[in-house]
Amino acid sequence: MLLLALDTATPAVTVALHDGTDVIASSSQVDARRHGELLLPAVDRVLAEAGLRLDAVTGIVVGIGPGPYTGLRVGLMTADTFGLALGVPVHGVCTLDGLAYAADIEKGPFVVATDARRKEVYWATYADSRTRLTDPAVDRPADIAEQVAGLPAVGAGALLYPDTFPSAHEPEHVSAAALASLAAEKLAAGEELPAPRPLYLRRPDAQVPKNYKVVTPK
Amino acid sequence: MADEPLVLGIETSCDETGVGVVRGTSLLADAVASSVDEHARFGGVVPEVASRAHLEAMVPTIDRALQQAGVSARDLDGIAVTAGPGLAGALLVGVSAAKAYAYALGKPLYGVNHLASHICVDQLEHGPLPEPTMALLVSGGHSSLLLSEDITADVRPMGSTIDDAAGEAFDKIARVLNLGFPGGPVIDWYAREGDPEAIAFPRGLSGPRDPAYDFSFSGLKTAVARWIEARRAAGEEVPVRDVAASFQEAVVDVLTRKAVRACKDEGVDHLMIGGGVAANSRLRALAQERCEAAGIRLRVPRPKLCTDNGAMVAALGAEMVARGRAASGWDLSADSSLPVTEPHVPGDHDHVHEVSKENLYS
Ligand SMILES: [Zn+2]
Repeated sequence: MLLLALDTATPAVTVALHDGTDVIASSSQVDARRHGELLLPAVDRVLAEAGLRLDAVTGIVVGIGPGPYTGLRVGLMTADTFGLALGVPVHGVCTLDGLAYAADIEKGPFVVATDARRKEVYWATYADSRTRLTDPAVDRPADIAEQVAGLPAVGAGALLYPDTFPSAHEPEHVSAAALASLAAEKLAAGEELPAPRPLYLRRPDAQVPKNYKVVTPK
Repeated sequence: MADEPLVLGIETSCDETGVGVVRGTSLLADAVASSVDEHARFGGVVPEVASRAHLEAMVPTIDRALQQAGVSARDLDGIAVTAGPGLAGALLVGVSAAKAYAYALGKPLYGVNHLASHICVDQLEHGPLPEPTMALLVSGGHSSLLLSEDITADVRPMGSTIDDAAGEAFDKIARVLNLGFPGGPVIDWYAREGDPEAIAFPRGLSGPRDPAYDFSFSGLKTAVARWIEARRAAGEEVPVRDVAASFQEAVVDVLTRKAVRACKDEGVDHLMIGGGVAANSRLRALAQERCEAAGIRLRVPRPKLCTDNGAMVAALGAEMVARGRAASGWDLSADSSLPVTEPHVPGDHDHVHEVSKENLYS
């Protein structure tokens, strides 16, 4: 097994190669504005570091968010197209699950929260690093304060709002290494992974133009 | 290979997910998935809706194009993609797909200019582009007059709209007349039965001291709306066919007059018209008439090649390969305001390609 994992759902552009046992190469850069520019060179670097070519990959793993849409789509479109060109399966993994896995917490419950911008967070609660309790959601921190009160929390969304998440800690961003390890574990256990489709959680912003503006002066 | 490169082109600058395949100047496939219906109720293209649709449509559309073309991805000589100008988020979906596809297949990548592609597409219809060619590009997003000496390297802007694009004016007038979105085809349809001289609408920037090659459609749009409102206020019926015909005439009169004048001034004997509005029947007819009178050869591709599509991107990509232009780097980004003076985005590439070579099929 050789999995190429990538995630662009958070400010991190992160790529890793996993041989079924271990992560054999990885790269993470944090730059929320340049996902499109950074991802392919990062894939190239990771492959070079492992001394492998892309056609050796047997499966693609991609973070499906939730995350800011423009960046999120860079990873998903790249994964989809790799899958098409190489003829290998593309597996989705919820980005919050990757962060939960990286947090390495054996006994929860705990919260994972990422920055959803517009003063909101994407979040979910976990029983342990491998077991999600709630569906990913997007909310204002103040609105979920009661639900998450007293729970440890990880992720940039938690670190950003200490009033709601007073015991927030690292990891801040997801890593493809964690994503790959989680996926490898699940695939080895014969578990099915979600389809590589984006978790937007919000409808597109679309202003329906009002009836055309009258231009005749009154 | 160099003469007749086999290139796949990807276009996502607006609401059409286009994937085309060309061999040299021959069209092999032109697959388009449009999200226009999803935008109709908003009366205009909603960027996030378009971006979401591109992501879903991309892989099936690439598949369909390759099938139509009857070629294998392995035989391609290059992958071309619209790098700009256009909607930033929409462009980024296409650029991401093209980079991944080119990288996985071990093919060179060409990030190209959307406007230059609109010109180059005519090669698929009428053979190699004469050099120089004057190009009038008119659509919902652009109205420009461009002089192309070499479509891969030298495109000079002569003029452009200072306010609304021509296609936008069609959309707005259609909305005022309650004819729906998009406005171009429906105005054209009503105008066929109307009198283009019924109402004398203003011709923007047509005075002796106005810039010779720039356009303005905002004043016209306001004049038409005001005229309609006056009728409505007086309780009179609005003669939709005459309004459509007279408005359309005002637009195409200015477009063709300025295009022909630019040809004469620059001593260029070929005019090509592209972009969605080039499908307009009156624009085609009047351009033909005026070009004939001026001794200019008019080239207008069939309507399906005038609207945004992947074949036009592939056509320009093939020309880049044929002329040995530098490929783009793997760090190619989408540039929503890529200037037309940059027909393609060459990589800083010695480094990038050196690094990648080992990882590619060869
Ligand atoms: Zn266009």
